[in-house]
Amino acid sequence: MTGEAAGPHRVHIPSPLRSYTAGRAEVEASGGTLAAILADLEAAFAGIRFRMIDEQDRIRPHILIFVAGRPARDLRARVEPGDEVQIVAALSGG
Amino acid sequence: MPKSRGKSKQRKPARQRAAPVPSSAQRGLGRAAKVVRAAAARAARASTSLFGGEGSRRVVLLVGTRKGAWILVGDAERRRFRVEGPHFLGCIVNHVVLDPRDRRTLLASAKTGHLGPTVYHSTDLGRTWAEAVRPPAFPKVAVAAGATAGDSPSETAAVEPASGAANGPDGGGASKGRAVDANFWLTPGHISQPEVWWAGTVPHGLFRSHDGGVTWDGIDGFNRNPAGVSWDAPGFFSTPDGAITHSVLIDPRDADHMYVGLSIGGLFETRDGGVHWTPLNRGVAADFLPDPTVPYGHDPHCVALHPKNPDRLYQANHCGTYRLDRPGDTWERIGRNMPKEIGDIGFPIVLHPRDPDTAWVFPMDGTTVWPRTSPGGRPAVYRTRDAGATWERQDGGLPKGQGWFTVKRQAMAADAGDPVGLYFGTTSGEIWGSADEGRTWRPILAHLPQILSIAAAEVPAAALP
Repeated sequence: MTGEAAGPHRVHIPSPLRSYTAGRAEVEASGGTLAAILADLEAAFAGIRFRMIDEQDRIRPHILIFVAGRPARDLRARVEPGDEVQIVAALSGG
Repeated sequence: MPKSRGKSKQRKPARQRAAPVPSSAQRGLGRAAKVVRAAAARAARASTSLFGGEGSRRVVLLVGTRKGAWILVGDAERRRFRVEGPHFLGCIVNHVVLDPRDRRTLLASAKTGHLGPTVYHSTDLGRTWAEAVRPPAFPKVAVAAGATAGDSPSETAAVEPASGAANGPDGGGASKGRAVDANFWLTPGHISQPEVWWAGTVPHGLFRSHDGGVTWDGIDGFNRNPAGVSWDAPGFFSTPDGAITHSVLIDPRDADHMYVGLSIGGLFETRDGGVHWTPLNRGVAADFLPDPTVPYGHDPHCVALHPKNPDRLYQANHCGTYRLDRPGDTWERIGRNMPKEIGDIGFPIVLHPRDPDTAWVFPMDGTTVWPRTSPGGRPAVYRTRDAGATWERQDGGLPKGQGWFTVKRQAMAADAGDPVGLYFGTTSGEIWGSADEGRTWRPILAHLPQILSIAAAEVPAAALP
């Protein structure tokens, strides 16, 4: 898998997902793509991926993921050495 | 994962139950119903006192709301309820259900506006919860070569220019496969299958757990049925909450004999545990369809099967209230016998736990633009004691005017007491209860979030938190 050994990258976790990270707002994950980063997150924090990514590997409608400040459209997004990943839970209604 | 926010409290000594008072429900019944009631009374006498004394059970109300779940614990008289919660504060909790096979396991379906749907289970009546390891999910659908998303990243970077736009339904990739949006309905499995649970989803899907809700698998005979998405009505209607699979009903005589309601889609039956399904909608109106005689495409709001007479089904439908006696296959519109000014449109339908002739509905205004509120702003429950031939209004204690209640399909329930206790929750966050089979109503709790579901269950008093 491309860049599997890359990282670790700093990953920002939004508050709705911190029940999976023992309250941590920032964790580290390795991988050269967003898919690999999420797999690494899932290995460390079981269950977290499905809350963000559906069974068709689509990013859920009110989850935004930024890689180095740019929104990632899908899980193929590359994550270069030093890139930070920011997960945002956005605008889900009242 | 969220933990229960409730704290254990010292239990008060159980009070003795007051002598049961014969209800009006016990008058004017046919011979068959009297036989049923007599049998029920014998069973009640043979068991320990239901709501008081040593070894007693207490009624608990399991309340799912738009912003979390609550557990209400009734006193011996079911007049006062201790409020326990919130659980999953802020989460959309569609359903919370007790396992009647052990009376201590709870399952709860939850999601948030941001996060995908999951199922939690508790084996200690909600003191602690654990999330499913593998929640209900449809099979991954392969996408076209060159458009693969997910675990096989291509060399093509897929980083969009900064736009700030949220992802659309296909935002993460090119797959058109279905994804579970909500675990709408939970049903404990047949008594012979202790760890089995069923879940109906949005969009239409049926899933089963063999391990008490820890892992879930799709029912291919349903989810991959050749009719597939065409179970939705022509034109691909769906409700404002999506295409809802609900009313997962299991014949207590046969674990493989089940019914499932699809809104929109109709009622379907399987006799082989979910491998094959046949529609069961004859006689049900579908006046929103170009061809109202179609075999499926109907809109059952809620379907109930009587536990003591599993050949009897009742249905609250978008187009009326119905009864079906198997092996017949044609529904009778018993709602025709309700007052014309009230109509027979509603979402929940609740059955008497022992008398198959008795059912309750909560009529709503289904005229003009479908306000879905109590007709005329005067909330009332309607009861039949003769299988739908006649109905009586039950509004004692309810607002006499300016009461614009909406009660969702899962938000009304009966307990197993004698007399039966009834409960309903409104979208404005009120819970009302009746300890006398609907004759009089009292507010139990107000100021909750929008109530999506109420399940009434009985647990051993000694096991309560």
